[in-house]
Amino acid sequence: MNALASIDSEGSVALGEPVDVTIENVVKAFDDTPALHGVSLDVKAGELVALLGPSGSGKTTLLRILAGLDAPTAGRVLFGGEDALGLAVQDRNIGFVFQHYALFRHMTVFDNIAFGLTVRPRAQRPSKADIRRRVLGLIDLVQLNGLDKRYPTQLSGGQRQRVALARALAIEPRVLLLDEPFGALDAQVRKDLRRWLREIHDRTGHTTFFVTHDQEEALELADRVVVMSKGRIEQVGSADDIYDSPASPFVFGFIGESSLLPVTVADGAAVLDGVPTGLSAPGAAAGPATLGFRPHDVVLVEDDGPALRGRIIAERRHGARRRLELEVGREHHRAEIDVEVGAPRPEGGRIAFRPERWRIFPPR
Amino acid sequence: MTDVTHGAPVAAPRAFVSPATERRVVRIVLVLVAIAFLAIFLFLPLISVFYEAFRAGFSAFLRAVTERETASAIRLTLLVAAFSVPANLVFGVAAAWAIAKYEFKGKSLLITLIDLPFSISPVTSGLIYVLMFGAQGYIGPVLADHGIKIIFAVPGIVLATIFVTFPFIARELIPIMQAQGSQDEEAALSLGASGLKTFFRVALPNVKWALLYGVLLCNARAMGEFGAVSVVSGHIRGKTNTMPLQVEILYNEYNYGAAFAVASLLALLALFTLIVKSVLEWRYADEIAATRRH
Ligand SMILES: Nc1ncnc2c1ncn2[C@@H]1O[C@H](COP(=O)(O)OP(=O)(O)O)[C@@H](O)[C@H]1O
Ligand SMILES: [Mg+2]
Repeated sequence: MNALASIDSEGSVALGEPVDVTIENVVKAFDDTPALHGVSLDVKAGELVALLGPSGSGKTTLLRILAGLDAPTAGRVLFGGEDALGLAVQDRNIGFVFQHYALFRHMTVFDNIAFGLTVRPRAQRPSKADIRRRVLGLIDLVQLNGLDKRYPTQLSGGQRQRVALARALAIEPRVLLLDEPFGALDAQVRKDLRRWLREIHDRTGHTTFFVTHDQEEALELADRVVVMSKGRIEQVGSADDIYDSPASPFVFGFIGESSLLPVTVADGAAVLDGVPTGLSAPGAAAGPATLGFRPHDVVLVEDDGPALRGRIIAERRHGARRRLELEVGREHHRAEIDVEVGAPRPEGGRIAFRPERWRIFPPR
Repeated sequence: MTDVTHGAPVAAPRAFVSPATERRVVRIVLVLVAIAFLAIFLFLPLISVFYEAFRAGFSAFLRAVTERETASAIRLTLLVAAFSVPANLVFGVAAAWAIAKYEFKGKSLLITLIDLPFSISPVTSGLIYVLMFGAQGYIGPVLADHGIKIIFAVPGIVLATIFVTFPFIARELIPIMQAQGSQDEEAALSLGASGLKTFFRVALPNVKWALLYGVLLCNARAMGEFGAVSVVSGHIRGKTNTMPLQVEILYNEYNYGAAFAVASLLALLALFTLIVKSVLEWRYADEIAATRRH
C-alpha cells in the first residue's frame, strides 16, 4: 500500500479514474482479410480481463483498436459510456504495455517513466519536483529502487517489463492494456511477475486488458477470461466457467489436453460412425455433434458392450502414465488416452475404452 | 556391452588446431599483402599530398590557400555544403521514414531510385541538369526570361551536389529504421506525446548515430564532388569554381604547390571525417550498440 499512498499523500496525484469499457460489434479487416468478425464485450471499471487465444486470433488487433493505434472497420468502443473512437491515441488516456517493451533506449529508467508527464503541454505538466516524486514512487511500486539511472539495455527482461508498466502507469491511465507482457520471459520470471501484476492491479484498480496465449496465466490472473479464436470471442467467463463448462470444442481443446471426435446424437446418446458409444448426451439435439474428453479421464473396458474402440498406433511416456495414440472408429479418427504404465498391451493393439467425463458440443 | 580392446597406450593427440585457422605463414602473408596494398594506394599518396603542399614552406602554403580565387573557391565549397547537406538531411529522413514505416505501392522502385546517384556517373548527372536548366535546355530559357540563372551559376552547383549526395543519409537510416519498427513511436503516442514531440524526442534520437554518420559522409562528398559540379559550373574563376575544380585548374596551370595546398585541405576534410566517426564510435560504443540491438 505504501508506495501509492505516498504518491497520493502528496496531493498532486489522483489515479486515473477507472472506467467501464464497452466493445460493440467491432470488425477489423486488413486489406479484405478479416482479423476481427464483430467482437462485443462489456468490461466493468476496475476489472482485470484476460484475452486468451492462439497466435493470430486477433488479440493484439483488438488491443490496438482500444488504444487508438488502429481504427476498426466497423463497430463502437465506449470508455465510461463515451465514444472513444473519436479520440486520438494521445487523448484516450490509456496505458499500453508492449510485448517487446518498446522502452526508449536512449533514456534512463527514470526518464522512460517520466516521459508521459514531461511531454504534456506546459499548462498540464506537473512541476519538476512533482514529476520526480511520482516517478520515484512508481519505481518503488514496481520494485526497481536504485535502478533509476540505468539504461534499458542494462536491465534484465523482467526488469524492462516492469519499467514498461511503470511508464504506462505514470500517465494515470483510465484503461491499462498489456499485450503478452510476459511473453518473452522465461517460465520462473513469468510466474513471479504474474503474481506481482495481480498485486499491483489489486492496489491500483485499473480497468485492465491482459493479452496472453498461455491459458495457465490467464486462468490464474484474470477476474474474467475472454477466449478468442479466429477473430471471434468463443467464450467469456471466470476461470471455473471456462475450465468446467467450455462453450465450444475450441475452448475445450485450448484449455487443456483433449481428444475431439465427430459423433451423431441419436436417442440422447452419442454414436460414432454408426456404433453406439454408450455415452449419454443429455439435452443435445439429435444430429451431428462433437464429443470431447480429456486423455486422463479415460478407463479401459471389456470389449463387449457400447464403448469407444481403437487401435494403438503409437505410445509414449507421459508423466506418471503412458499415453496412447489411437485410431478410433471405422473412419480412423485420431484420439489420445492415458493408461497405467503397467497396463498389459492388448492383442493386436485393439483397445476399448470409455471416458469417465465427457462433453457433447452442438455443431456451430 | 561394447567390446573394449586394451592395447598399447595411445600416443597423445597433437595439439588441437581449429579447422578454420590457416597456417601461420598464410596469415602473415595475408596481413602483409593488405598492409602493402594500403601503403601503396592510400598512405603513400596521402603523405605525398601533404609533402607537396608544404614543400615550399608553411607561408607559401598560407599564401596559396588565401589567394583570391582559391579563397573564393573555398567559400563556395562551404556554401554548397551548407545548402546541400541540410537539404539532404530533410530529404533523407523523409525518404527513410516513408520506406521504413509505411507500406505503399512502388516502394521498391523508390529504394532503387534512391541508389541511382550511386550507380550513375557524376558526369551524366551534371549533363542531366544542363539538359534541364541549360540555355538550350527544357526549362532553362523560361527561367532565363525571369532572370534566373542555374547552369554556370551557384544554384546549378548546389542542385548537382544535392543529387549526387542524396543517397548517403537515406542509405544510413533505412536499415536501422526498418530494424527498429514503429513500436517506440507508438509507445510515445500512447503516453500522450504529440507527433512532433514523438519525432524529436523518440524517433530522431533512436537514429541519431546513423544520422550523424550519414551527415558526415554526405558532407565529405558534397565538398569533394568533382564530376557533376564540373559539368554545371562553367569554371568561372573566382565565381563558380569549387575546391576540387580549383585544384584541377591550378594543376593544369603547372601551379603544383598551390594545387596540392588546396588538395591537402580536402584530404584533411577526409581525415577529419574519419577521426570524428572513430571518436564517436569509441565514445558512444554502448549507446550505438543499444540503438542497433533490438
Ligand atoms: N498490420 C496488419 N496487416 C495485415 N494483417 C494483419 C496486420 N496485423 C494483424 N494482421 C492479421 O490479423 C490477424 C490477427 O492478428 P493479431 O491481432 O496480431 O493476432 P494475435 O495478437 O492474437 O496473435 C492475423 O491473421 C494477422 O495476420
Ligand atoms: Mg499478438
